[in-house]
Amino acid sequence: MAEDMAERVEALESILVEKGYVRPDALEEIIATYEQDVGPRNGARVVARSWTDPAYRDRLLSDATAAIAELGYGGRQGEHMVALENTPDEHHVVVCTLCSCYPWPVLGLPPTWYKSPAYRSRVVLDPRSVLADFGVTLPEGTRITVHDSTAEVRYLVVPMRPAGTEDLDEEALAALVTRDAMIGTALL
Amino acid sequence: MNGAADLGGMMGFGRVVPEPEGEYFHADWERRALALTLAIAAAGRWNIDMSRHARESLPPAEYLGSSYYAIWVKGLERLLVAAGLVGADELEQRRVLRPGEPVRAWTADDAAAAMAAVVPYDRPVDTPARFAAGDAVRTRVLHPTGHTRLPRYARGKAGVVERVHGAHVLPDARAHGPDERPQWLYTVRFTGRELWGDAAAPDLGVTIEAWEGYLDPA
Repeated sequence: MAEDMAERVEALESILVEKGYVRPDALEEIIATYEQDVGPRNGARVVARSWTDPAYRDRLLSDATAAIAELGYGGRQGEHMVALENTPDEHHVVVCTLCSCYPWPVLGLPPTWYKSPAYRSRVVLDPRSVLADFGVTLPEGTRITVHDSTAEVRYLVVPMRPAGTEDLDEEALAALVTRDAMIGTALL
Repeated sequence: MNGAADLGGMMGFGRVVPEPEGEYFHADWERRALALTLAIAAAGRWNIDMSRHARESLPPAEYLGSSYYAIWVKGLERLLVAAGLVGADELEQRRVLRPGEPVRAWTADDAAAAMAAVVPYDRPVDTPARFAAGDAVRTRVLHPTGHTRLPRYARGKAGVVERVHGAHVLPDARAHGPDERPQWLYTVRFTGRELWGDAAAPDLGVTIEAWEGYLDPA
């Protein structure tokens, strides 16, 4: 099937280019944007700032779209952002059971597993079994909330700052923040 | 519609396979599928809700049997044919049989600007919000034949309004025509037990975004 899709998409692209509907330079620009420029390092900087700047953290939790824009991130699939802060009491996990809604400006394009039927079907029903697939076990006493992105609201999970990182600067902290931790399928 | 895309609560798909950061595509055609789907939006013949509906209304066996970007390609082909931009015969024969319609096509700069543009989905409305944070609500039991964003697992369930987002365009309407019919949008929280019964973890919570028309007071 993969080979058939390659031929099918190649034919589709040549039809759309020949008809004047899309330009090859625009296609290259879009691919470069999402393969090189926009990705989870953006979200990691947001998280690191919220760990180090309490006023920024408050703005992030009250109006995430504006707070994320302060760091220069925004655009398609990030129009209505909400930040969810993990605490010792509550762990957040994000999904889109209906399709693949995901906060592109801060996390880039979603990983394959986020779009997979396995994740979308099971994480709302039994999220701890999904976390187990990632090798993650939540501490005893931490409740779990799954956020199904059924509208144009997009979620960024703010993981808990790891212990022993008091001496690290913002850049070093950002390097600790993983994509999966900002979806809720990893702990730091 | 009650389509195959509405996956919440289904079983039997196996384990979730983690993936390293930075792996966005697994074949070059997936890159092309993403870029074509985004770039053709410049033609202005459909919106994101129509685009989702085109994918999600694929026959269930075909939806579940297709990889993610294959679903995107099939959805895009359906939209192109429905809009009259490409003929089914042209897709079949894999070549151009007639000249294109005059539509706008992005340059590289246009595409970059469009990816960075913030085009919000909230709209001003005259009516006040019916619900406030903390209100008890129950989702309606709806089985529309058209597009909807109310998952099957969350229909007819009691929950609590957690957040009021303003009025947002209604996908149920906008997937089928130009009328946006904005409605107040809420985040509603359910207990796992309400959704799944006594076998659910007692400390599980699930939230969805629900438009006002999906909700009744409880």
